[in-house]
Amino acid sequence: MTATRGSVRHQVRLAHPPDEVWEVLGAPERVHEWFPGIDSCTVDGDQRVVVTHAGLPMPEHLLTVDPTLRRLQYRITAPMFVEHLGTIDVLDLDDGTCLVVYGTDAEPAALALVIGGAARAALAYLPTFMGTDAPAS
Amino acid sequence: MGRKILFVTTDQQRYDTLGCNGGALARTPVVDGLAAQGIRFERVHPQSVVCMPSRSTILTGQHPTTHGVWMNGVPLPLEAPSVADVLHRAGYRTALVGKAHFEPFLDPFLRFPENALSRTGTVPPGGLHRGFEHLELATHGGIGPLHYAQWLAAEHPGAVGGFYPVLDGSLQVNGAGGGDTGAPQVKANPIARGIYHTDWVADRTIAWLDSLGADEDWFCWMSFPDPHHPWDPPESEVGRIDWREVPLPAGYPEDRSEREAVIDGKPRHWRLWYDGTLVSNYEAPATWVPATLTPDQVREVNARNAVECELVDEALGRVLGRIGERGWTDEVDVVFTTDHGELQGDFGLLFKGPYHVDALMRLPLVWRPAPSASATPSVVTRPVGLVDLAPTFCTIAGIEPLPWMQGGSLPMDDADAEARGFERVLTEWDSDIFGTDVHLRTIMRDRWVCTAYLPGTSHDGTEGELYDLVDDPLQRHNRWDDPAMRPIRDDLVDDLWSSQPPSRRDRLVLESPV
Repeated sequence: MTATRGSVRHQVRLAHPPDEVWEVLGAPERVHEWFPGIDSCTVDGDQRVVVTHAGLPMPEHLLTVDPTLRRLQYRITAPMFVEHLGTIDVLDLDDGTCLVVYGTDAEPAALALVIGGAARAALAYLPTFMGTDAPAS
Repeated sequence: MGRKILFVTTDQQRYDTLGCNGGALARTPVVDGLAAQGIRFERVHPQSVVCMPSRSTILTGQHPTTHGVWMNGVPLPLEAPSVADVLHRAGYRTALVGKAHFEPFLDPFLRFPENALSRTGTVPPGGLHRGFEHLELATHGGIGPLHYAQWLAAEHPGAVGGFYPVLDGSLQVNGAGGGDTGAPQVKANPIARGIYHTDWVADRTIAWLDSLGADEDWFCWMSFPDPHHPWDPPESEVGRIDWREVPLPAGYPEDRSEREAVIDGKPRHWRLWYDGTLVSNYEAPATWVPATLTPDQVREVNARNAVECELVDEALGRVLGRIGERGWTDEVDVVFTTDHGELQGDFGLLFKGPYHVDALMRLPLVWRPAPSASATPSVVTRPVGLVDLAPTFCTIAGIEPLPWMQGGSLPMDDADAEARGFERVLTEWDSDIFGTDVHLRTIMRDRWVCTAYLPGTSHDGTEGELYDLVDDPLQRHNRWDDPAMRPIRDDLVDDLWSSQPPSRRDRLVLESPV
């Protein structure tokens, strides 16, 4: 693997209106509720610290929390990252459902896969968390 | 009371590292002895040449296309079938001690049960994980969430830092050199032999066996992390083999122009990797350029690898000794194999990748049936695969192999193999990471190894490799574009595509580099 920087993207369609989903995903202090592997989090202004199930504290800088755009962006600032950008978009599909897109960019590239893989699992859990059995088809 | 099963795997061990297979470097009297008493297989191929897909094939009895684990970093679904589960339901006690790797290692969220288990013990929540009631896990070093690393950190914290760091600061496979020659993934490890992971795996296997009742049936997968790199065995043992006296492997053309001519006869990603311009997967250090590999480095890597093979053999001997003390020997089948091979200097390369040649595909496999079964010792020359192990375990246990298993119970000899149609074995490779993808499909049949390439970033889908294992056992001469070979090539390719196993409907997601 020669790339130094990695970019991955995952998505899920949910049978819920976008505002209902944004109410959860747009609340930085609620991330541990829907992201498996994050046990707790604290938010202080634009700083968030999540603690993983391994007991690893991961400091983050909240960059964007835009309810109009329904976009949340953050950077993990832990020393092992040269760079990180997480982007969560909740897109209105105009039929009572929405598409959640979770992008992960990181250097080292390996961390894009690790964080992106966990994000994919979180998206897979969202239908259950939101009270539906499966992603919208 | 039925036959008990000790299933022994190593990681990334070549066929020619065992004495019974003609290896002259490592002394492996224990496995050699099992081979003399049982069945030694001369042409065994994995269905993938990397760990997670191959180990998933062993457990499920399915090809990667079917179980869906197409590369390291793709977790085997928890609902995947498992031969251990079949045996457990049949009344067997089941354990996996050592390296599992059905789930990714890099997991800061501890999302995967293998990584989380050491926090709660050795019995998985709910009582079973993939059919195993007891798991004590290890991998190639002393850091991480698995049982061995946790035990080492608690009991021998000073030993943790002696291991070679498998990953570098960028979480890439480490390319730093060490030892006497500066070879990559080589390091002097001051750890005491008794607490190195090879002996730990044997110790924990013995402890589990000792917990069982005399009349219980059991299936124990004892899975050594060695001789997979890093090559950092206990330094006290390294003196067993002086690397300066190690002959260069037959597969390593020492003359550079000869070596590069051989590589240039193969599809272009071979040369691209050799020159350090393309690392298509996570299985080799991105910062290391194979063209820089020296003959002395090849010697040192082979010497250290052989030391690790000897330690595994001796550890297995200890476990068999304990089995004897329990009075079980006559009722125990022992199966010894590995998940895939190692280039180990062949073609001037180390490690592994999309290179379907004997270095990575020809594996050691020895099956010593329980002496009570009165099997006749034999050598099987017809091709078999790791996909055949799961049905073999069923047969040993007196269970009909399950319909989802795609292989057949291993043959007892060549006549049995011929009668039951052991004719071909398939291997596949799919890597797709950050815009670089490589896809290979391989068939081994008769005297031929034939690999067809699918379109990817380095290939247009017309490339291939065709080797005559009789006339060219080192696979130096690619006959794919030889007009005289066209009828044979066409026949093999037709057979390859018509023999493909069914594909899983949904493509599983790469969730980690490894």
